[in-house]
Amino acid sequence: MSAVVFAHHGLTPAERLRDAGWIAFVALILGVPLIGLTTVDVGGRLAVDTRFGLLAMAVIAAFGGRLLMRWSLDHLGARKLARQRAATDSGAGRAQQVVNVLGWLALGASVALPLAFSDNRYVVDTATTVLIYVMLGWGLNVVVGLAGLLDLGYVAFYAVGAYSYALLSTQYGWGFWEALPVSGALAAAFGILLGYPILRLRGDYLAIVTLGFGEIIRVILVNWTEFSGGPNGISSIPRPSFFGLEFTRNAPEDGHSFASFFGLEFSAMHRLIFLYYLILVLALLTHVFVSRLRKLPVGRAWEALREDEIACKAMGMNTTNIKLSAFAIGAMLGGFAGVFFAARQGFISPESFTFSESAIILAIVVLGGMGSQMGVVLAATLLVLIPEFGRNFAEYRMLLFGMAMVLIMVWRPGGLLAHREPTLRLSADGKAAKGGA
Amino acid sequence: MSTLLSVRNLTMRFGGLTAIDDLSLEVPAGRITGIIGPNGAGKTTLFNCLTGFYKPTVGTLRLAHPQHGEMRLEKLPSHRVARDAQVVRTFQNIRLFPKMTVLENLIVAQHNVLQRASRFSIAGLFSLPGYRQAERAAVARAATWLERLQLTRFADHAAGDLPYGTQRRIEIARALCVDPVLLCLDEPAAGLNPRESAELNELLLYLCREQGVAILLIEHDMSVVMNVSDHICVINYGRKIAEGAPDAVKNDPHVIKAYLGEDEEEGVMEEYTEERAS
Amino acid sequence: MAYALQQLINGLTLGAMYGLIAIGYTMVYGIIGMINFAHGDIFMVSAFIAITAFTLLAAADVTSIPLALTFVLIVAIFFTSAYGWAVERTAYRPLRGSTRLAPLISAIGMSIFLQNAVQLTQGARVKPIPPVIEGGVVLWDAPGFTVQIGWSQLLIIVTTVVLMIAFTWMITQTPFGRQQRACEQDRTMASLLGVNVDRTISFTFMLGAALAAVAGVMVTVYYGVVDFFIGFLAGIKAFTAAVLGGIGSLPGAMLGGLLIGLIEAFWAAYLWAEYKDVATFGILCLVLMLRPSGLLGRPEVEKV
Repeated sequence: MSAVVFAHHGLTPAERLRDAGWIAFVALILGVPLIGLTTVDVGGRLAVDTRFGLLAMAVIAAFGGRLLMRWSLDHLGARKLARQRAATDSGAGRAQQVVNVLGWLALGASVALPLAFSDNRYVVDTATTVLIYVMLGWGLNVVVGLAGLLDLGYVAFYAVGAYSYALLSTQYGWGFWEALPVSGALAAAFGILLGYPILRLRGDYLAIVTLGFGEIIRVILVNWTEFSGGPNGISSIPRPSFFGLEFTRNAPEDGHSFASFFGLEFSAMHRLIFLYYLILVLALLTHVFVSRLRKLPVGRAWEALREDEIACKAMGMNTTNIKLSAFAIGAMLGGFAGVFFAARQGFISPESFTFSESAIILAIVVLGGMGSQMGVVLAATLLVLIPEFGRNFAEYRMLLFGMAMVLIMVWRPGGLLAHREPTLRLSADGKAAKGGA
Repeated sequence: MSTLLSVRNLTMRFGGLTAIDDLSLEVPAGRITGIIGPNGAGKTTLFNCLTGFYKPTVGTLRLAHPQHGEMRLEKLPSHRVARDAQVVRTFQNIRLFPKMTVLENLIVAQHNVLQRASRFSIAGLFSLPGYRQAERAAVARAATWLERLQLTRFADHAAGDLPYGTQRRIEIARALCVDPVLLCLDEPAAGLNPRESAELNELLLYLCREQGVAILLIEHDMSVVMNVSDHICVINYGRKIAEGAPDAVKNDPHVIKAYLGEDEEEGVMEEYTEERAS
Repeated sequence: MAYALQQLINGLTLGAMYGLIAIGYTMVYGIIGMINFAHGDIFMVSAFIAITAFTLLAAADVTSIPLALTFVLIVAIFFTSAYGWAVERTAYRPLRGSTRLAPLISAIGMSIFLQNAVQLTQGARVKPIPPVIEGGVVLWDAPGFTVQIGWSQLLIIVTTVVLMIAFTWMITQTPFGRQQRACEQDRTMASLLGVNVDRTISFTFMLGAALAAVAGVMVTVYYGVVDFFIGFLAGIKAFTAAVLGGIGSLPGAMLGGLLIGLIEAFWAAYLWAEYKDVATFGILCLVLMLRPSGLLGRPEVEKV
C-alpha cells in the first residue's frame, strides 16, 4: 500500500461553467449548419428554413449535459480510483466466475424465452435476430478477435451462405439440412479464395481489401440479375421443416403437418418458435466448436498470430495456413448464419448485405471484447436492442446506435469483457489442467 | 569438431546500403559461437538472413543437419527454417505473445508437433487419446524448461506483464521448446542485471555442454561473451574483421580499433605501417 | 478518340475530387495511424452546408458567381473544419494509445452518427440545386462527337491544382508543416521537443476536413444534387485512392485520386458502367498484392 494519498482536485464552479460554456459554443457552431438551417423543397426549388428555437434548445442541452457529465465523471472517477486501490489479484478470477454464471443464466433464459413469450411474436422475432448476430459475432470473433485479422467485409460470407441456400432450394429443390453443410463449405471456399492472395497484407490494407470484397459481392448480386435476381432478390425460399413436418395450416394429403402430427391447433407461432430453437442450437454448436478450437493448437496459433506474427514465424509456424484456417472457419460460420437467415426470411436481396451489416458485426466483436465469447453475446444483445428500444422514436434509432458505438468505445476501449481466460494452466503438480469453461 | 553451419560469401544489400558484405563464417556443432561488433555492424541482419526473414542478396547458408543432412537455409521461408532446419532464434527487442500466459507461449512453440497430433483439429475436437497424450507431453516438456529456467511460478501469468529479465528467459525457454539444433540468441543479456547475466552464462553452458545445442550468440555484454564463447567472430561494417578464441580476439588490434573508434587518419596510418611490416 | 478525350476530362474532374478527400485520409493515417472512417461523412456534411449556403445566396439575390463561390467555400470550410475538430476530439482523442481497433470502431460509429444526424436534420430526400455554373468550352468538334470541358470542370481542376501547390508549400515550408511532419515520424520525440502534439493532430483533422469541404462544394457545383449517403462511397473510393498512391504520402493521395477517377470514367464509358465500383476495388486489390506500399509510398522493410 502506498503511503502517498492523492488528493482529488475537483474543478471550481467557475471553471465548470466556463468548460460547459465552451462546449455550448462548439455545439452552436456545429448546430448552425445542420440544426439551425435546413433546406426545404418549395414548389420544386429549395428554400432555406430556419429552426433557431431548436438550435437554442440543442445548445442549452449541450451546456447542461456537459455540466452533468463532468459532475458525474468526477464522482465515478473518484469511486473507480477507490476500487482500483481495493482491487486484488483475485479480481480477474472472480470476474470470470461471474461471467460463467451469467453465461449459464443467459443460456437458461434463452431456452425458456419462447415458452414464456409463446404468444408474443415480436419478442421471439427479436430474440431470433439477436441470436443471428450472436452467431455472426462468434464467427467473426475467430477472424478478428482470435486471429487479429481485421475483416470489414464479413457480410460477404453471410451473403454467400444465404444465396447458396436460396439458389439451391429454389432452383434445385434442396432442403435446409442438405443445403446447410454445402453452403457452409461454399462460404469457406470463398474465404480461402479471397484469403489466399490478400492475407500477407498488413492489417489496415487487409481491412480495406476485405471491405472492397464485400462491396464487390454486393454489386455483383445487384447487377447479375439472371443469377441472383438483381435488386429484387430471391423470394419464396422454402422454410426448414421439423424432421420433414412442414409448418403449414393444412396437412399435405399424404402426411402430416407439424400441427396435425402433434395434434396441435395450427399457429403461426410454431414456426417462429421452431426457428428460434433452430438458431439457438446452431449458435450453441458454434459456441462449443469455437471454444474447443480456441484450446487446440490451431486456436492458440490464431491468438499467437494476433499477438506477434514475426514471433510465430520464428517458432516455425506457417502463418499463411493459420490465417487461412481462421478465414475459412470464420467464413463457414458466417455462411451457416446466412443459410439460416435466408430460411427464416424466405426472401433475400442485396439490401441485407450492405457494409453497415459488416460494421455492426465487427462492432459486436470489438464492443464485446476481442476474443471473448460472452462479450459477443452481451454486445449483440445491446446492439440489437438499442435500436429496438429506439423504435419509439423511430428515426433516432440509428443515430443512437452510432452514438452508443462511440461512447462505449471511449468508455471501455478494450470492450465490455476484456478479460482473457488462459487456454490451459499449469496445475500445482506440474501437469496441465484444462482452463475454465 | 564438425561444422554445423557454414556461411559462404553472404552479402545483404538494402538499396544502396550494404549491411553484410561478403561474410564467411563457420559455426561448429555443439559449441557456443559469439558474434560481436559495434552497433550497426550487421549482426542482427546476419540473424535475419539465417532465419529466413531476409533473403540474402548473394551467398549460401549450408546447415549440416544431424538428421536431415545438408539444408540450404537461404532457400527456406522463415517458418521452415525453424520447423524443418530447427534453427531457432530470439529477438533483440523481445517478441513474446504478451497476452498469452507463459505456459501458452511455450505450448505455441510446439505448434507443429501438436498440430500434427490433432489431425487437422479433428482428433483435438473430440479429444482423442492420441491428441491428449501429445498435449500432455507438450506440457511436460514446457514444464521441464520452465523449471530449468526458474519460471514455474510465472507459468499462468500473462507474459507481457512480467519484468524484462523474466521475459528474456521466457523467450529463451520458448525457443528451446522448438527443439533447436542451432539456437540463435540476439543480445540475450541486454537489460539483465549482473546476477541475471551470471545465471544466463550458466544456462548457456548447460545447453551447450549437456544438451548439445549449438549456440550462435550476439552479445554486447563482454562478461557473457568472453566467458562462455568457444569461438568469437567480430564483425564491423558487415565484414568479418577478426575471429578466434576469446583471448586472441580481445587483443586483436582491429577489434580494439573498431570498438575504441580511432579516428580515420590514425587508422590509415596503422594499416599502412602494418602493411609495411608484413 | 474524341470520346476518349472527353472521358479523360471527366475522369480528371472526378479524380481531383477524390484526391482532395484522399488527402484527409492520408494525413490522418500518417499522423495517428488510423483510418478515419468518418472522413467520407465529413465530406457529405460539407456538401449539405454548400447546398444551404447556395440556397441562402439565391434567396438573397446574389448573382455574381465568383462572389457566391467564395462565400460558399469560406462558409463550408469553416463549419466543416469545426466538424473535423469535434470528431477528433470526441471520438478519437480519448482512444489514443489504446488498441488499434478501438478508434476504428469509434470511427465507424461516428460515421453512422453523422449520416443519421444529417438525415434527421436535413431530410432523407435528394437535394437538388439549380446549376451554379453553366456552359463550357468546346475543345474539339470532331465528327459525331463534341469534346467539351465545362466551366465547372475547369474550376474543379484549377482549384485542385492551386490547393495542391498551396498545401505542399504549407507542409514543406511552414512551422505547422514541420510540426506535422515531426509528429508523423515520432510523436513522443516531437512532444519532448516542445511540439504541441494534441494541437497538431487537431489541426491535421481540421485541414483534412477543410480539403474535404472544398471537395464537397465542388460536388455540389458539379452534380447539383446531394444526399446523406454520398459520403460512404466517396469515402471508400478516396481511401482506396490514398492506399493506391501510398498511404501517408500526400502526392500519392492526389495521384491515387486521379487514377481512381480516370479508371472509373474509362471503365464506365467502355466496359460496364454498373460494375465501375468493382473496377476500383479490383484494381486496389491488385496494387496491394503486387506493391503493398502503394505507388509513391516508401516500401516498408519488415522490422525484425
